[in-house]
Amino acid sequence: MGTDTMHVEIIRNTLARHRAEPTRLLQILRDVQDHFHQIPSFAMPVIAEETGVPIAQVRGVTEFYSFLSTAKQGRFHLLVSDSISDHLLGSRDIAAYLSQKLGVAIGQTRPDERVSVDYTSCTGLCDQGPAGLVNGHWIPHLTHARIDRIADLIERDIALSEWPEELFLVDDNIHKHGLLLNSELPLGAALRKGLQQGADATLAAIEKSGLRGRGGAGFPTAGKWRFCRQEAGEHIVVCNADEGEPGTFKDRVLLNQYAHGVFEGMTICAATIGANKGFLYLRGEYRHLRPQLEAILNTRREQQLLGADIVGQAGFDFDIEIHLGAGAYICGEESALIESLEGKRGVPRNRPPYPVTSGYLGKPTVVNNVETFLAAALITLHGGEWFAVHGTGKSCGTKILSICGDCANPGIYEYPFGVTIREILQDCGAENTQGIQVGGPSGTFIGANEFNRTLAFEDLATGGSFIVFDQTRNVLEIARNFTHFFAHESCGFCTPCRVGTSLLRNLLDKICDGHGTAGDMLELSRLATQIKHASHCGLGQTASNPVLSTLERFPEIYQAHLKTTTFEPGFNLDKALETSRRLTGRDDAQAHLETEGM
Amino acid sequence: MFNLDGQVIPFQEGDTIMDAAMRAGVYIPHLCHDPEFTPHGSCKLCTVKVNGRNCSACTFPAAANQTVFNNSEELNEIRLTLTQMLFVEGNHFCPSCEKSGNCQLQGVGYELGMLDTHFPLFYPQRQMDASHPDILLDRDRCILCSLCVRASRDVDGKNVFAISGRGIHSELVVNAESGLLEDTDLSADDRAAHICPVGAIIVKRHGFEAPIGERLFDHQTVGEWSLDQFDTGEQAWQRD
Ligand SMILES: Cc1cc2nc3c(=O)[nH]c(=O)nc-3n(C[C@H](O)[C@H](O)[C@H](O)COP(=O)(O)O)c2cc1C
Ligand code: SF4
Ligand code: SF4
Ligand code: FES
Repeated sequence: MGTDTMHVEIIRNTLARHRAEPTRLLQILRDVQDHFHQIPSFAMPVIAEETGVPIAQVRGVTEFYSFLSTAKQGRFHLLVSDSISDHLLGSRDIAAYLSQKLGVAIGQTRPDERVSVDYTSCTGLCDQGPAGLVNGHWIPHLTHARIDRIADLIERDIALSEWPEELFLVDDNIHKHGLLLNSELPLGAALRKGLQQGADATLAAIEKSGLRGRGGAGFPTAGKWRFCRQEAGEHIVVCNADEGEPGTFKDRVLLNQYAHGVFEGMTICAATIGANKGFLYLRGEYRHLRPQLEAILNTRREQQLLGADIVGQAGFDFDIEIHLGAGAYICGEESALIESLEGKRGVPRNRPPYPVTSGYLGKPTVVNNVETFLAAALITLHGGEWFAVHGTGKSCGTKILSICGDCANPGIYEYPFGVTIREILQDCGAENTQGIQVGGPSGTFIGANEFNRTLAFEDLATGGSFIVFDQTRNVLEIARNFTHFFAHESCGFCTPCRVGTSLLRNLLDKICDGHGTAGDMLELSRLATQIKHASHCGLGQTASNPVLSTLERFPEIYQAHLKTTTFEPGFNLDKALETSRRLTGRDDAQAHLETEGM
Repeated sequence: MFNLDGQVIPFQEGDTIMDAAMRAGVYIPHLCHDPEFTPHGSCKLCTVKVNGRNCSACTFPAAANQTVFNNSEELNEIRLTLTQMLFVEGNHFCPSCEKSGNCQLQGVGYELGMLDTHFPLFYPQRQMDASHPDILLDRDRCILCSLCVRASRDVDGKNVFAISGRGIHSELVVNAESGLLEDTDLSADDRAAHICPVGAIIVKRHGFEAPIGERLFDHQTVGEWSLDQFDTGEQAWQRD
């Protein structure tokens, strides 16, 4: 066989493993990428032909996800996290050192195709940065010394499987256990209780507990399950483990230590709404966890907690499949997640209909956060009251936080809702705090005079991200990092977000670089407000929050960065003349402009 | 019945706000919508305020007792900004474009009183595809409305187009291994060859047929035109 035929054969085998199902397109492409370090052009027609997906759509999916690439990547593909917490820990320097050490520019593949280096939005290791990924596997705590070791392994061409285990070690860093993290859940106990008491009683318990979704929006979980259950036909349960919000990593820890409880919660949901099929949508950055999660699923199958006739209840069939994402924050949005599960680009759907009526392949679907399912399992075991006695009026129970940034002990903390920001800061060892980003880039930036505020849906809501910044940090740079993040992660579907986030990024860059004027500041808030009001989904609707919340609280910091002129062009006038100078062969003083404001 | 800018609008089961408004002769600015196709909801020009919340009129279901604002200063300002965004995102050199005068993006610009592009231009570098004997694809003018994607898929049954890339790097791609139009079965009779609201997909050898003064939007606004088209059920592509 020639190499070409052999390569096509490999692709056909990959396709066969996935039964060439169009819904598995993203999984197929991931496997092809792993093998060839790219999606080679000869792969697309084969994939298109066998899955029946038009080749333009295969390309469309390929070019949507950050972890898929039509250009050849190195056999060792290194990504350095660009998340703000990693920035604070020097990730930019680390990336520069890595690039210099390996002799490859950032964003490039070395000519020998052995190695490539780039940035990635967030690795989910904000408590142990600067962090990176090598061929999708975590490498925390990047230091010059560790990079020397990595570079050495790469130069000696040691296979990743032979690298010292210790390079990949990730800590859970749980610093404060609360109601959920302290609870024991004997295998199957919650599920058995749920089945025994019946769906109505389970729903009543969850209702009584006051549990609201932990993914950010806080929709009452019992209500969501009930709406879905009312719909006719086949039902689907989806666990949203996309966790793309920079600064959020609690689901990583829950999946590492509490996966049984999470799967049990999904199974209870299935029993309640009448579903046979479940998915765990695992963000690509968490692929390291996949083997152990598969093993847990297998244990549960062996224990008759998944599969056919679960715990002996005839007719209750349910199983869970793991779907791996491929580097797209938008796939955490539930309808984009469903599109992605169907093998498509992660573009949020129009609503209504909502997923509870028409979700995965048009079937009624419950999408819940990892923590929500864990809580639902424990509530089923212990009853609604057990949970409801904690927290505040509108926010029952506890919330698990991922804390990172300028504090002595970054990691996981669980608090009853209603806890004050000040108390959290004390616990994690934060000093000289200037401000906190609560709820990730899409949340709110609060200043020191707001530390009496509380964590709760009625005050500061959060999916779990809590990033601390001390007095030495530049607020503008924080807003800039987040604004770049959104511009990078916009799915591109709707005009205000697609174009607007790029405009906002450019304008903020102009101000940060010292070229902004008073007019630019007005423009910044006008543009930010319009993007917020016109965007199709939550990403665009919150993409301006970093700008708006820092503009509101720190106008003087922006002011201090402005030029005193009324107008300053957004580009370098003198540089724009470069082509003319080249064409005319002139480079004398008069062919240059002084670029100062007008 | 619901209330639109103070006017009482009847609706039928299954109507979107756009459907009901159009039937009642009220124009809601739009670019990615054509009543004949499944709504897409991407351009966001049709943003209206429904019971205090912004929604896309083309996708949002009409319901009894809704209070909807359409022609308000705030919404028209958003629409103007969105139109300006579409202009700066691509390369729209209108004086040299065959679609000038018949272009809905231009038409909407006139309608909203757009005098300049306001934002710094992006000057993207996008590939032009002139490979097809009868049809030209000039990606510089594409506003990613997806109408050609829908027309080719739903009417022509050919799936010639798709959207690729992400974010600001989104682009229209062609369904062929080469990525070129000449290698598809797109024909000049296809619906997809005539649906483009701007000058991105044009049929060759038909440029500048109507003299200035006799083009679509020389004597009527884009609003009048689209309501008129809705009334008569006549299709845009039969006209140009
Ligand atoms: C851009 C964007 C990203 C999101 N990312 C996540 C995520 O990573 N995990 C999550 O559970 N919810 C995420 N959400 C919220 C989900 O859309 C959805 O509300 C949630 O998964 C529902 O689960 P819950 O009811 O348990 O909170 C995101 C929403 C948006 C708009
Ligand atoms: S708001 Fe942004 S992410 Fe959401 S649909 Fe629009 S472009 Fe996509
Ligand atoms: S080519 Fe025309 S019809 Fe197709 S997406 Fe672009 S603007 Fe819309
Ligand atoms: S016409 Fe409704 S979003 Fe484009």
